[in-house]
Order: sequence, then structure tokens, then C-alpha cells
Amino acid sequence: MAEVLEIKEHHTVHQLPTADNGEGGEKSPMNISYGKTMMWYFLLSDAFTFSAFLIAYACLRLGHKWWPNPNDVFNAMPFMGHHKIPMGFVSIMTFILIMSSVFVVRAVQEGHRMNKKGVMYWMFWGILGGAAFLGCQAWEWQHLLAEGMRPFYNVFYEGKDGLTTLWNVHEQGKPLFSPGPVAFGALFFGITGFHGFHVFTGVCLNIWGFFATANGTFEKRGHYEMIEKLGLYWHFVDLVWVFVFLAFYLM
Amino acid sequence: METLHTVTEQHAHATAHGHDGGHHHTETFISKYIFSLDHKTIGKQFLITGMVWAVIGGLFSVLFRIQLGWPDETFPFLERMFGAWYTDGKLNPEAYYSLITMHGTIMVFFVLTASLSGTFANVLIPLQLGARDMASPLMNALSYWFFVISGIIMFSSLFLPTGAASAGWTIYPPLSALPQTSPGSGDGMTLWLISMVLFVVSTLLGGLNYVSTILNMRTKGMSLFKMPLTVWALFFTAIIGILSFPVLVSGVVLLIFDRTLGTSFYLSHIVIGGVPQPYAGGSPILFQHLFWFLGHPEVYIVILPAMGMVSEILAVHARKPIFGYKAMIFSILGITILGFIVWAHHMFMAGINPFLGSVFTFFTLLIAIPSAVKVFNWITTIWKGNLHITAPFLFAVGFVSMFISGGLTGIWLGNSTIDIQLHDTYFVVAHFHIVMGIAAFFGMFAGIYHWFPRMFGRMMNTNLAYIHFAITFIGSYLIFWPMHFQGLAGVPRRYYTNNNFEIFAVFNGMNKVISIAAIIVFLAQLLFLVNFFWSIFKGKKSSQNPWNANTLEWTSPVEGIHGNWHGDIPEVHRWAYDYSRPGNESDFIPQNFPLTEKEKTEADH
Repeated sequence: MAEVLEIKEHHTVHQLPTADNGEGGEKSPMNISYGKTMMWYFLLSDAFTFSAFLIAYACLRLGHKWWPNPNDVFNAMPFMGHHKIPMGFVSIMTFILIMSSVFVVRAVQEGHRMNKKGVMYWMFWGILGGAAFLGCQAWEWQHLLAEGMRPFYNVFYEGKDGLTTLWNVHEQGKPLFSPGPVAFGALFFGITGFHGFHVFTGVCLNIWGFFATANGTFEKRGHYEMIEKLGLYWHFVDLVWVFVFLAFYLM
Repeated sequence: METLHTVTEQHAHATAHGHDGGHHHTETFISKYIFSLDHKTIGKQFLITGMVWAVIGGLFSVLFRIQLGWPDETFPFLERMFGAWYTDGKLNPEAYYSLITMHGTIMVFFVLTASLSGTFANVLIPLQLGARDMASPLMNALSYWFFVISGIIMFSSLFLPTGAASAGWTIYPPLSALPQTSPGSGDGMTLWLISMVLFVVSTLLGGLNYVSTILNMRTKGMSLFKMPLTVWALFFTAIIGILSFPVLVSGVVLLIFDRTLGTSFYLSHIVIGGVPQPYAGGSPILFQHLFWFLGHPEVYIVILPAMGMVSEILAVHARKPIFGYKAMIFSILGITILGFIVWAHHMFMAGINPFLGSVFTFFTLLIAIPSAVKVFNWITTIWKGNLHITAPFLFAVGFVSMFISGGLTGIWLGNSTIDIQLHDTYFVVAHFHIVMGIAAFFGMFAGIYHWFPRMFGRMMNTNLAYIHFAITFIGSYLIFWPMHFQGLAGVPRRYYTNNNFEIFAVFNGMNKVISIAAIIVFLAQLLFLVNFFWSIFKGKKSSQNPWNANTLEWTSPVEGIHGNWHGDIPEVHRWAYDYSRPGNESDFIPQNFPLTEKEKTEADH
């Protein structure tokens, strides 16, 4: 029994950075650590989740004869009153998220250089970008909700000449059947909400990564692979947004 | 004693790795048996939890078979046992639908997915690959505990006054989406959905662990093409789970929105009690697509581990190399890929485009090719072998028999034209129970009888096992073979009673026979449970390598230690199937035995 206990004492594998598992084992096919293998497979799995949502979106949208024009729905901007700027606000949101991904790339790069300060600096900006994106999303949601938009009720209906028109629930009342395609709001809140949940998770993980860096956890470990794994997740969330953006705002 | 393990060095390796690090030197009962991080213990936890679920799921099938066999009788003693599910000694129709729903859910997900993969992936992957534990023991334990929580939620739904979910295990909306449609679509359905989301978390945690352990934690010399077929099968099973379960989550999340937020993803044109509901534009077919994108790969999640174990067991007990090792791997790969593009064959009658139906028919029939490759390889493996008629061998052969019988009817059902007649009849029930239900159970039993000595250090009683096999094998065919004829005659599945159809009265006697066989088979499983638990404590002590098998798990100490091997992990030099090699004195050469000079020269040429 003694030798078994000794094995436990020396146990270190969970911190090993490379595919080489210490006891002369076989290399993994891509020569990456088990943690990265896991992250990649998780991302594949998550890609299927989002694909299922986006395919559901495509199915429901193609099942409708008419669909609201995104230019007439997503055209509000904070502090701009009733000025209509189609796609303006969402472009800013998208830019923020992509920049945040760039910042995290820099953090990973500083990690390779074992520069703790650099990792912290760029992770901070990455986190800030993620949080800003969430803030923008919150504003956009509350704006649409204020216009009477609900997951189960769509106020953007087919007006004259097929133009997207807003049904003013405050003045015109609220009929039992929603004026526009119901699925529009449901898909918008459902899918951007699910993406937002991923961003929120990513921000939380990145905050944890920031403090673990500050504690010197990764420095002691001898490598910043955890930051790289967080980065993989963060870029994935960013990439998913590109498709969500395409589906909801550009098409 | 044949000590086939080369690991006698008594020094601990300084870089020992791969097993749980969270343990203290003094282990309490709780840390050792309850919240264990050791892969072998977690495997046993999955197994025993699965057994509890299998008994519950089997008992449910007995209850509804009693209803189907004797629809006019009353059973006051069942009312005393099950209370609210019965009225005046008769099973309530709502309870009947809950029972078939829970039977399907429990058997497919809890027993044949979680417990089958969970048990054997946990026990076998590290032991057969030469790893000290899973890549992440903590995630492994979490996978088990998510499974337990999901199970507790599902179990608690049985006690709701409105009953458990009753929309069938496929939970098609609108039945599952609107609580007004049936009592079971109320809170029972809500708990079903919550339970299933947690279940997917469990599957994902487990699957990621299995894949990364297989890719990253192999011992020296264990190249991918030296891995035993069990590991290959578990590898592809895990990948299927990782890729298909998330789509179920998407489908279920949208269903939850329809139920709670009033969205219309799956609902349109609904009128309840004369009142039009404000749902518009949704599509119930969309749910079927999302569901079956999981649902079909799911049957391969169920059957592949059984296939892998059967390949291994047939070779060991027939004392012959597996026939077509690489063909076996590539046929699993083929099944994995094809399994993702055949889902709509469950929906031929749902109103999909007939052209789409013919595309899915084509891919569905293609699956017959890799399946047949595997069947022929199993038969050629035992052909002229030195057969050791042991319990695992019998169950493995039973698996092959079931897989052939059920697979052949799959060719009928895969044709969209024939499916017009057979859809939703007992023919379908017979088909999938034989090919994925009974077959997977046979694979699981084969695995339990074969690896019991490695899990518990003792042997199971052979005579009880023979009786268990005989009753289960004959009984299963007695249950499901007649259902083909009922199905061909058009008897619809899922009906509470067929008394209203004069034409089906000819099957009254047959239904009684099926039900009696079901009860006997169920009781025979209790015999297995007695054997299992008795053997854990009182079984004959196992030798180091009771089956004279080649794989690495038989070099690990019988008593089962943390870290799996004293000292160094054995190194691998050859594939797992060197049985009855000409010119070799024993009829097996374990994987950790170095190549002989002769073999080396042969390999060079």
C-alpha cells in the first residue's frame, strides 16, 4: 500500500502543459494537452447547439411569407432620440466584441512570453469589451421591449407595400394574435439571449483568469495555457456572434 | 500463478500521474465509495445506479404488459401497491401513458446510455490504455453526480398528483408543449425537461473526458491502432454523444420557451376547448428534426459500446484473433458518420417531402453495409475457434443473434414506402427492442460477466449465469417475435387497449403469451441481481487473469488500487488479439509482452 500512497504524493499530471503525459506515454494525435483536447471537443459540441438554433431560425423564417426588415427594426441608437440609424448600434456592438477578441489574442501572446503584467493588462481590456457588449445588448433588449416586442408577441408587421411597420400597442391596443410573425421576436430573444449567456459565462471565466494571473497561479505553473483555453472559448463566442449577426441583422 | 504483469517493481515513479489528486492518505467511507474520484469506483457507481433504473424501467414494462395481456381483468393487489395509478383494480389510461413514457426514457437514457457507457468507459478506458485515471477525475465524478441529480428529478416526477410525463419518450409537441392537453404534460413534463438537460450535462462531462483520455493518456506503445476494440467503440460513442446531445438541448430549450414564455416555436393553429390559442407560425416538424438529430445517433450511442465489448469478448473466449480488426474500426467510423444523416427515417409519415424521404432511405440502407461487416467479422472470429462456452461468451453470441434478427427488420423499416404500412405499429416496437434494446442489454450482460472479476476481484456464479442466459434469450424472442406479426396486421403501438378493434381480437391469446414471457424475463433478471450482489461479497476469488486475456486491465492488481498499477505502467508492444498464435506455447500473448526475435524479423519484411 505504501507505494500507492507515494504515487499520490507525487501526482502532478493535471498541471502538465504538453501532450507528453510524463510516464513515457504516447503523444496525442495533434500533440496538444488533454485540456485543449477537451476544450476543442466542447466547442465542437457547442457549435452543434448553435447550429441547431440557427437551423431552427432558418426553418421558421422560410416558413413565413413575410419577415420584418431588420433595417426598420434595429435602427435605434442611445442618445439619438428618434433619429433612425439602421444597423448603427449593432455595428458598434460587433466592433466591440471583435476588438475584445483581439485583446485576448494579445493576452495569450503575452502569456507565451511569460509576461504576467501583459497578460493582466490585455485580459482587463478583453473583459471590459465583453462587459460592454453585454451592456449594449441589455440596452437593445430594453429598447425593443419598450416598443412592445415580446418573445410571444411581434409588433413589427407587414404594413403598406410590404413595408415593416411598428404596431403601436400603447395607442392601437393589443389584439390576441400578434400583428407580425410571432417567431421573429421569439427567435431574436431566444438566440441572442443564448449567445449573451455565453458571453456572460465567458466574461466570468475571463475575470477568474485575470485574478488567477494576478495571484501568480499560472506563473507558478510555468505556463499560461489556461489563458489560451479561455481564449479559445472567447473566440468561439465571437465567431458565433458573426453568424448570429448575419442571420438576424444582415439577412 | 501466471503473473502476466511486468509491473513488479516496488518503487513509485516520481512522475506518477493521471489519478485523482484530491484525496488524503486516510480515506473515509464517504471519500472512497460515495464521492470517489477513482474511475473504477465511478464506473461501479454508474453500474449499480443503472441497475436500480433497469429494475424500475423493467417493472413499468411488466405493469403495462399486464394491462395489454389482460385488458378486462382487475388486479386489486396492484392497486394496493401502486395506489393512484389504478382505479378499481385497473390501470388508468393516463398512468399507462406515463408508464410507457418513463419506460422508454429510463431504458434509453438512464440505463443504456448513462449506465452502459458510464460503467464500461470508466472502468475500461484507463485500464485498457494504461492510464492511472481519467484525464479529469473531478469532471468524471461530476458526470456521475449530474446523472444522479437528473435521475432524482425524473424519479420524483413519478409522485406528482398529475403523474409523470406521458407524451412518449420522444415528447413530440404540441402534446408535450401544452399542459392542457393531458395531465402528464403539466409538471411531469417540466420535470422531464429539467432532468434531461442535467442528463446532457452529465453526458457531455463524461464524453469530453473519455475522448481526451483516449487521445492523450495512452501508455507507451499504445498507438491508436493497438487499442482494443472496446476503446475504439467507446471513443466513437463519446464523440456521437458530444455532437448529438447538444442538439437535443437546443430542441428542449425551445420547448421550454414554448411552455413557459408562450413562444410559438413548435405551435401553430391550436384550438383548445373551442378557444383559439395565440400561437402562430411554429412547426411541430421542426421539433421532430431536432429531436431525431439526437434520437437517431442515440441508438448508436446505445449499441456501439456493446459492439466493442462483444468484439473483445468473442475473441477472448473463442481464443482467436478478432477477424478484420481495422475493418471493425472503420465500420464503427462508418456507422458514426452515417448515423448523423439518417434521422428523418423516423419521420417518413410526419409529412416530410417524399423526395427527402428517398434520400434518407438511401443513407439508412447504407448503414446495412458497416453493420454487416461487423456481423460477418464476429461470425468469422468464432468460426472454428476453440470456444470456451462461458457466460460472457453466451451473452456475446446472444448479442450477435439479436443484432441480426433486429437488423434485418431495419431494412424493411428503412424503406420509406414499406414504412407507410409499418409506421407506428408493433413491428417497429419489435424491431427496435430487439436491435438496440435487448441486443444492448446482452452486450451489457456480456461485459458485466466478463469484467466482473476486474471490477470486484471475484467471479460470478456460472450456473446461475447459464440459467439467466437461457431464460433471457428464449424469453426475449418470445416477447418480441410475435410482435412482428401484430405489426404486420396493423396493431398500433402505444394504445392503451385494442378492445375497440374487433379485428385485433385474434391477438388476445398472443398478447397473454407476450405478457407472461415479459414477466418471466423480468424475474430472471432478479436472478442476475442476486448473483451479482452475492458474488461481490461471496463469489470465488478471481485469479489475476481469469480469462487468459491479452488486454492491459488484467495486469492491474486484482484488489483494484488507486493509480491502477504498482510502480511503472506496463508498456505495450503488440495488438490485443494475439490468441492461439502458431508456435507459441500458451494460446495468448498479452499486449505488454515484447515482440520475439522471430516476430521482429517478420515485422521488418
